[in-house]
Amino acid sequence: MIRVVLPAHLRTLAQVQGEVHLDLDGLVTTAAVLDALEDRYPELRGTIRDQTTMRRRPFVRFFACEEDLSHDPPEHPLPDRVQNGEEPFIVLGAMAGG
Amino acid sequence: MSGVRLLVGTRKGAFVLTADAQRGRWKVDGPHFAGWEIYHLKGSPVDPQRIYASQSTSWFGQLIQRSDDGGKSWTPVGNHFDYEGVPGTHQWYDGTPHPWEFARVWHLEPSLSDPDTVYAGVEDAALFKSTDGGGQWTELAGLRGHGTGPSWQPGAGGMCLHTIVIDPSNEQRMWVAISAAGVFRTDDGGASWTPANKGLHSAQIPDPDAEVGHCVHRIALHPSRPDVLFMQKHWDVMRSDDGADSWREISGNLPTDFGFPIDVHAHDPETVYVVPIKSDSEHFPLDGRLRVYRSRTGGGEWEPLTKGLPQRNCYVNVLRDSMAVDSLDPCGLYFGTTGGQVYASADEGDSWTAVVKNLPPVLSVEAQTLA
Repeated sequence: MIRVVLPAHLRTLAQVQGEVHLDLDGLVTTAAVLDALEDRYPELRGTIRDQTTMRRRPFVRFFACEEDLSHDPPEHPLPDRVQNGEEPFIVLGAMAGG
Repeated sequence: MSGVRLLVGTRKGAFVLTADAQRGRWKVDGPHFAGWEIYHLKGSPVDPQRIYASQSTSWFGQLIQRSDDGGKSWTPVGNHFDYEGVPGTHQWYDGTPHPWEFARVWHLEPSLSDPDTVYAGVEDAALFKSTDGGGQWTELAGLRGHGTGPSWQPGAGGMCLHTIVIDPSNEQRMWVAISAAGVFRTDDGGASWTPANKGLHSAQIPDPDAEVGHCVHRIALHPSRPDVLFMQKHWDVMRSDDGADSWREISGNLPTDFGFPIDVHAHDPETVYVVPIKSDSEHFPLDGRLRVYRSRTGGGEWEPLTKGLPQRNCYVNVLRDSMAVDSLDPCGLYFGTTGGQVYASADEGDSWTAVVKNLPPVLSVEAQTLA
């Protein structure tokens, strides 16, 4: 089970409370987590990554295990502690004024 | 019982304001989509319960929301705005080619006959259409592809398609306005487009009379006379009597002819309203006095409307999509400010009341007249 923490605005949009739990088959990567997340919550498409280029939106960050994974390749395997559910995969909005 | 519903988009959410036909007491509902920028909301003329909203932030991009119950509840619909083919380039601020990149939806214009058909004007400037209630969006690429697209340059607020006007007598004819490219017209439902800027004169561009490059802020028409269009340009208030084949200036005795919104009285096609703003570098009312100006002669001669509006120390702006009229009798007028006020007049602009005073900066106001 993969644990995903979404920022407040996206929890509201997806109508979820607390963490999202996803079961993934195969390699657990950022891309695989986002694919599964968007399959379950289609309203999140385009809010975390661009729907055409699939690039992370500039003010969105991915953290896990006290590391910034935002710049890792999307097909890069996530840390073991994310893969076994010990630690969440955190999606958050960057600090950027407003 | 008849009444009015105002759809107010702000920097931090949407608000729905309702009143009965007297328009004296208002109920405020919101914020919807709290924390998000709501550039525009607009209801379908054929099904007022159907409302579309443009929701965005720099963090999480663009969403389109749809309500089928008059704004009480909302459902996110399609938000994939993909330019047709290879997007190509327009000019950047420094004159270099810059790839077309989608930023946000500035304006949503529902069809006059089909509640499932809606147009979206976007930044970087393009026009999209949905025929399934906002689920799927297709670019009407003839606009960007008609020839002058690579020469368009953004205005200070971005290169946005902010105005969409549909001819009520012939839905195949539409006009759009782009900052800073100008007005474009289609006569075939959006397949092909031509610039419609003859008569515009803009000292801020190298050739003041150029075919494109004008910073048009807003255009409006009265449904009974679709060949007559009114325009608030960056500077100058303009009028066309031939469907935008040509334009002439009608600024007349306005104290300043810079501004953003322009609108037409619901029952008198020669009565027009603007909100003069001091200048392009000082986006606030002249002398700190918030005044709506009304012309009852189709332009040229203007009178200030001040009753109920602040006449000292007022330094707000009124943005291009922030003025609307209802179709009750007498005609009601509404506008929102960057200071978070929404002003209403139930007597054609003669007197005004602040319906709300402390909203986030207002980006848009639309009025629905309810049966």
